[in-house]
Amino acid sequence: MMLDTLKTLLSVYGPTGQETQVAEAVKRLLEGHVDGMRTDVMGNLIVEKRGEKGGKTILFSAHMDHIGLVVTDIEDTGYLRVTNVGGVGVDSMRCRHVVFANGVHGVAVCQPTKGETAGMQHLFVDIGAGDRAEAEKLVKLGDVCVFAPDLIPLGQHRYASPAMDDRCACALLAELLMQLSAPRNTVVAVFSVQEEVGLRGAAAAAYQVAPDLGVALDVTAWGDTPEVKLPAVKLGEGAAVKFMDRSMIATPCVRDALIAAAEKANVPYQREILPFGGTDGGAIQHSRGGVPTGTLSIPCRYVHSACETIDMRDMDSALAILKVFVNGEY
Amino acid sequence: MELKTLCELNGASGQEGAVRKAILEAARPLCDDIRIDRMGNVIAFKKGRTGGRHLLFSAHMDEVGFIILDATEEGLLVFRPVGGIDPRVTVSKYVVVGEKKWKGVIGALAIHLQSAEDRKRVLDYDGLYIDIGAKTRDEALADCPPGSYAYFDSCYQEFGDGCAVSKALDDRVGCYNLLRLLENTYDADVTCAFVTQEEVGLRGAAGAAFAAQADTVLVLEGTTAGDMGDVEKVRRVCEPGKGVAISFMDHASIAHRGLYGELMALAQKRGIAHQVKRGATGGNDAGAYQRSKQGVRTCVLSVPCRYIHGPSSVVKLSDVEAQYDLARAYAEEAKAE
Repeated sequence: MMLDTLKTLLSVYGPTGQETQVAEAVKRLLEGHVDGMRTDVMGNLIVEKRGEKGGKTILFSAHMDHIGLVVTDIEDTGYLRVTNVGGVGVDSMRCRHVVFANGVHGVAVCQPTKGETAGMQHLFVDIGAGDRAEAEKLVKLGDVCVFAPDLIPLGQHRYASPAMDDRCACALLAELLMQLSAPRNTVVAVFSVQEEVGLRGAAAAAYQVAPDLGVALDVTAWGDTPEVKLPAVKLGEGAAVKFMDRSMIATPCVRDALIAAAEKANVPYQREILPFGGTDGGAIQHSRGGVPTGTLSIPCRYVHSACETIDMRDMDSALAILKVFVNGEY
Repeated sequence: MELKTLCELNGASGQEGAVRKAILEAARPLCDDIRIDRMGNVIAFKKGRTGGRHLLFSAHMDEVGFIILDATEEGLLVFRPVGGIDPRVTVSKYVVVGEKKWKGVIGALAIHLQSAEDRKRVLDYDGLYIDIGAKTRDEALADCPPGSYAYFDSCYQEFGDGCAVSKALDDRVGCYNLLRLLENTYDADVTCAFVTQEEVGLRGAAGAAFAAQADTVLVLEGTTAGDMGDVEKVRRVCEPGKGVAISFMDHASIAHRGLYGELMALAQKRGIAHQVKRGATGGNDAGAYQRSKQGVRTCVLSVPCRYIHGPSSVVKLSDVEAQYDLARAYAEEAKAE
C-alpha cells in the first residue's frame, strides 16, 4: 500500500535532469489503473484518469527529481570536483555516502576552508580512485551523484530517508490514482522533472495540459524541533494546506476547497505559510493566461538532507483530502 | 560578414539596432524567409531539401555596455552597466558615448589622491564617472542625454598564436557562425535566430522561442575561460585552444542528455576539437528556449573567452571554427526520426 509504494520510489536513482528511472518505476505501478500515460520532451510523465462529462480538468503535480552533486572536474589525484544540482547545502554533504547512476559509491567531503564560508568549491568526492585514469574508468564529467538510499524507521509512524522530497508526494499521487475510481473531474497527474532547479518541468507540463485547476504536492519544512519554529507545521498533525511560499500565493478558492475537503473527510490538517521556498504550484499558476492553483504539503523535517523525515499519518490525511477534493464541484 | 565587423558594431541590450541592420542585410540573400519580431529578434528561416526535422540555432546580438543616467554639476556623466560588467575592468577605459559617439574616459579618483583606506575598498559604480570633456551638467547632458548608451572603444585585433582580442566576442562569435551556417543547404529545415537582450535576462529568446517550431535548439555562445594566473586547474571551466565547449548544465538549463551525447559523439567522429565545459555556472538563452511552451531539447556550444564582459576579451580562432564545424555537422546529419 502507501508504505510499499513509498519504499519503491525512494530507492530509485533520479537527480534533477535524469528522472527516467523514476518515471519507469511510476509507470510500472500505474499500469492498468489509468486511462493514458505519456512522457513529454523534458521527461515529465503525464498520466490521465478521465472524469465525467462536464467535470473540470485538475492537474496534480509531484516532482520526481531530487538534489545531487554534478562532477565538474577530476583531479590528477583521482578526487572529483563537484557543484550543486538544486539547493544542496555544504553541511548536508560533510562525509556523506553518495552514489552514482552506474552504482559507483563515493564519500562527499568538505575540505578545511581556512576561514572562508564553506561553499561548493570546498567539496570533493572520494570514489577510491588512486589517480585520474582510475577515476575516469568509473565516472565522467557531468555525472551526478545523490545521497545513497537509506530508509530508517523512527518511532511508530515516521521514516527518515533521502529523497522524501519529493518521492513521498509521488507515492501519494500514485496511490491516489491506484485507489481512485470514476472521479467526477478529470485528473491529470504530472510526475514532473527539474523542480529543484526552478520548477521547469511543471511549466512545460502546465502549458501542455492547460488545466482548469492545479494542485502541487510537495513536502514543506517543519516547525517542531528545539530551535526551528517556522513554518508553524508539526509532524503528525495532518497534511498542510499552503497559503503562501516564495513561488505562489495559493488561489483562495483552491486553498479553501482543500480545507473544505479536509473537513468533509474529517481528517486533521494544518495551515501553512512558508517564508521561503517554492513548489510546482508557482509554475502552474502563471502558465499561459493563469490557472487557479494551490498546494497540499507533507510536513518534513530536515529537508534537503540525507534524513528527510515524514509521518505516515500526514500521508494518510493527504490521501483522504485528495480523494474528496477530486470529486468537488468547481 | 567578418568577425571583426560584427565585434566593432555597437549594440548593447536594448539598442541592438546597428547589429540587427548588418545581420539582416547579410542574412537576407541566404534564406527563404526573414523577419524581425516584436522583441527585435531577427528570425531567418531556410527550408530543407527533405524537411522532417526542424533545427533552431540561436545567438544573441547584444553585448554588455553602459547607460547614462545623469551628470554631475562638473559635467561628468553618471552611468551604470547594461548587463553584468565588473566595475574593476572599467577604470581608465576609453568609451564612445551617445548618438554622436563622443569620446570619453571612465574615471575614478586618481591613486595619488586616495587614502590608504580608499585603496583597500573595492571600486564600485557609484565612484566612477564618464568624462567626455564637458564643463557643466547642461553641456554634458545636451550631448549625451540620460538614456544614451556608452560602449568600450576598442577594436578587434588578431594577435599571438591564432588569437583575437576584442569587445563583444560574447556573442558576436555566435552571430558570425550563424551567418555562416545560413550559407549551406541542409536536409532539415533550419531557423537561425539572432536574439536581443540576453545579457539582461534571456528576454529576446523567450519571444523567439514562443514562435519557434523547432524540435531541437542549439545555442551558440561565448563563455568564461579561467585558464590564467593563479586560478586552480579545477576551477578553469574551459580553455582556449581546446575546442568548442559543450555544456552538460548551467544555471539556466540542463542539456537534454540524448542531445548532449549525440553532440559529443559527433565531435569525436568528425575529429572536431571539443571539451566539456567544466562547471555549471552562468546562464544563457537555452534556459529561455527549454522552458518555452511545452519544452524543447537544448544544448549549448560555447567558444571559451578569457576576460569576458570587458573591453579586451580573448579567444582562439580555432575554437570559433570548432563551434561552426560542430553546429554544421549536426545540421548536416539531422535525419527525421
